[in-house]
Amino acid sequence: MITVNKENLTIDENLLKRLKLTKDEYFRIVKLIGKEPNEVEIHMFSVMWSEHCCYKNSKVLLKEFPIKNKFVAVGPGENAGVVDLGDGCKVAFKIESHNRPTAVEPFQGATTGVGGILRDIFTMGARPIAVLDSLRFGDLKIPRSRYLFAGAVNGIAHYGNCTGIPNIGGEAYFYPTYNENPLVNAMAVGIIETNEIIKSAASGTGNPVLYVGSKTGRDGLGGASFASSGLTEKSHEDRPAVQVGDPFTEKILIEACLEAFKTGYIVSAQDMGAAGLTCSTSEMAAKGNTGIEIDLDKVPIRTENLTPVEYMLSESQERMLFVVKKGFEEKISEIFKKWGLDSVEIGQITDTGKVTVRHKNKVVVDINAGALVSDTPIYVRDSKVPDYYIKNKSFNYNSISDLKKEELLPILKDLLSSPNICSKKWIYSRYDHQVQTNTIIKPGGSAGLIRLKSKDKNKKEKGIAVSLDGNSAYVYLDPYSGSKIAVCEAARNVSCTGALPIAITDNLNFGNPEKPEIYWQLSESVRGIKDACLKLDTPVTGGNVSLYNESNGIDIWPTPVIGMIGYMEDVCKSVNHSFKRAGDTILLIGTNKDEIGASEYFYLKSRKVQGIVPEIDMDLEINVQSSVRSLINKELLKSAHDCSVGGLLVTLCECTFENNLGFDVYDEFLNLNSKLRLDSLFFGETQSRVVVSIEQNKLKEVEQHLSKANCPYQIIGKTTEDKIICSNLNFKIDVSELKNHWLEALPRILSR
Amino acid sequence: MLKLNCMKFSVIIFPGSNCDEDCIHVLKNVLGQEVNKVFHTEEKLLKTDCVVIPGGFSYGDYLRSGAIARFSNIINPIIDFANKGGLVIGTCNGFQILCEAGLLPGALTTNKSLSFICDEVYLKISNSKTKFTSEYRNNEIIRLPIAHGDGRYITKDLNKEQIIFQYCSKDGIINDNFNPNGSTENIAGIINKKGNVLGMMPHPERACESILGNEDGKKLFASLISSSIALVH
Repeated sequence: MITVNKENLTIDENLLKRLKLTKDEYFRIVKLIGKEPNEVEIHMFSVMWSEHCCYKNSKVLLKEFPIKNKFVAVGPGENAGVVDLGDGCKVAFKIESHNRPTAVEPFQGATTGVGGILRDIFTMGARPIAVLDSLRFGDLKIPRSRYLFAGAVNGIAHYGNCTGIPNIGGEAYFYPTYNENPLVNAMAVGIIETNEIIKSAASGTGNPVLYVGSKTGRDGLGGASFASSGLTEKSHEDRPAVQVGDPFTEKILIEACLEAFKTGYIVSAQDMGAAGLTCSTSEMAAKGNTGIEIDLDKVPIRTENLTPVEYMLSESQERMLFVVKKGFEEKISEIFKKWGLDSVEIGQITDTGKVTVRHKNKVVVDINAGALVSDTPIYVRDSKVPDYYIKNKSFNYNSISDLKKEELLPILKDLLSSPNICSKKWIYSRYDHQVQTNTIIKPGGSAGLIRLKSKDKNKKEKGIAVSLDGNSAYVYLDPYSGSKIAVCEAARNVSCTGALPIAITDNLNFGNPEKPEIYWQLSESVRGIKDACLKLDTPVTGGNVSLYNESNGIDIWPTPVIGMIGYMEDVCKSVNHSFKRAGDTILLIGTNKDEIGASEYFYLKSRKVQGIVPEIDMDLEINVQSSVRSLINKELLKSAHDCSVGGLLVTLCECTFENNLGFDVYDEFLNLNSKLRLDSLFFGETQSRVVVSIEQNKLKEVEQHLSKANCPYQIIGKTTEDKIICSNLNFKIDVSELKNHWLEALPRILSR
Repeated sequence: MLKLNCMKFSVIIFPGSNCDEDCIHVLKNVLGQEVNKVFHTEEKLLKTDCVVIPGGFSYGDYLRSGAIARFSNIINPIIDFANKGGLVIGTCNGFQILCEAGLLPGALTTNKSLSFICDEVYLKISNSKTKFTSEYRNNEIIRLPIAHGDGRYITKDLNKEQIIFQYCSKDGIINDNFNPNGSTENIAGIINKKGNVLGMMPHPERACESILGNEDGKKLFASLISSSIALVH
């Protein structure tokens, strides 16, 4: 770095403010590039140094994550993480947020979220085989929340359906904290189809740089910096920063890119997502320690008179940048021509280490790629334990009286029809979840499960289970434990199909990190994820950080979302969450505790989240999950379902609905748990519990297996034809009645 | 089980088709048939026993579902093939394209609910005396996946025999409660008057393997294949 005499600089403070750069950052830029940046260059720094692109507020924390185990082939830093399942089978996966765009333009915001994450996957040479979505919206009693939510769901549906990628699961929660700032996180999974995984580092001086896909327009200008700042009353004015998606072009881009990658002539590839040409050129050059030179006059455009700034910042969708082996440009262009897409040589790789951009025969950008990508500012912010956290720690649940027997049924009905628990069919019936004919477990269960078609008919088909989880009420009340639970729950959901959890991708949705309380939430949450991932041996292969989720100064609850990938050797052995026939025995694997804090039941009663988050004992968690997996793989279970939000009674009900079976809770089970409060037993959200059903003649073997593993369990009761019975508590109801409450709740709320 | 004869299928690929690979997988790997992939730019149809137009969003379904695909090079050879009595089957977007191309009567418009629906529905086999349904019993109730936004079949003049599949309840009741998209008379699939062109909104190719929990679609392809044995002998 050179020394800078700050007095001699011509700083346009208004411009810096608009570009969301600080004065210190400006000085840093000048030092790094040895000159004052011109208008184009300063705009490029603005987007590349945004939190969205460079993780300046989170990098130090994220370094703590475990990133390796025997499955991980590609860890953080590439377009997506990759796990290797053997037999030449590699799976790419990643999660990304599109929160801010969704807040101002829900349909396009959510649509382009799906488009972006799909491109991250196929850029690696992988064919996308599944999408999942994690949604957080505000109170559905508010019309705007309903508008945002319905718009986002329709946007996700539009893109996934048209591109032909099944949506195999996800989650949706509704809390007032998301009224103004909803969250849309989309995850995609793909299977590598090329011999080599395609990476993004450029190489080979003189190799041509190819621009492929859609033409460049003015949409999405500055989207990355828009996504890295809080929402205000004026945010709707940023609508031009929202990109517009075209899933049809994406679909043919997928086909054309995969065909091109298979030729072996592509050296490297990067999707033009956030920060468009700026990000792709500088990251490809910086990662490969090369330079890159492009000519903007060659870039295909869909609108006249673009300025260099607009070229470099446009986030027009469905575009990619390739570095191609010299001499093979024509071969690649032929493929894109066949699919009716542009592919134009816009420049070449150099050995200067610089990003050089020409426009109308003038050099308009000439800066080190490293300055944009590697030498970004890194902040460790002040941290402070928030008051609410301390206050909540002393919450005494004895101040709330236990429920009475006769309250059980009405509360169950209310819980089953609450937006956080009720059936999400309204959402997933809008998504094609069967295309590609691999979906074994459809949305609505614990985790989504797809098979990987085997080329060899005699070989067993492998399975991939995927789950998205993150209970933000827990994380708000206790960021460390809540985040640990998020990882455990995602793993538990995967284990409930029979698959082994092997790696995660994470999406950290937080408020403004410049506030000490928020930075504390972020660092505690990262610590929780780290500790859980270490114990479960599920490293982090990449993900996304979305900060400044605030509106008019009020931050959202800290919301980490964990995308867990699981591997199953023989997908035929998998089970889903539903009871299969009357007369099977129902077992609870795990233990019941007197825990009612942070529960949906409490929230229902008081409209407040409060109390101590359920305890998480990692050793018990690991034992429960591995026992469930091995029982499933020995084909001893008919169903398995994670006991989570809503508690035991809700979980049992969820197991009945698909096949319209009931259950009978034995008196022995109640006696065994007689020391617990009734509300904790039935509605508490104690962790590390799984509800399974077993054929009568297999019960003994299951019990032996669990005893041998020293894994706690209790017999709950048995499945019945169509009644839900708990005679000791005078509780008897038809499954169909409860099912209606559960199934009709969301359509009813939304039709208001 | 009947050892299946080997037919030569041609699966047509438009930009935006997305069930092409699913059809190819079922025909080739599950049923052991010969399959040619035919790109929309082709001006001729090579020798084939049956043309399959798969589901998806050809040309993004911009303008109107199937309306642009109908002008592809490959469509005229398909029309010639059908007019000579060749077997043609279009599922989902394929059905829409066949209607747009005039090979089947009627039109497909936006679902009555105005939203995309992905689900599994019950269907009644309303006519089992066709080349596409001979392996089913008449009035048999089957279950098939649907996934469409524009699946509401509208028609004025259709012979009763042309109605092949109708949406119904588990017990075969046909009424508005079991009509997922508002189609005329709960129609889910039809044939042309000559009986060699089938269009249907449900996806039989998604229900051909036990691992997927549903094999009800298999008999449709089996019907075609056994009808071709009849042709051979």
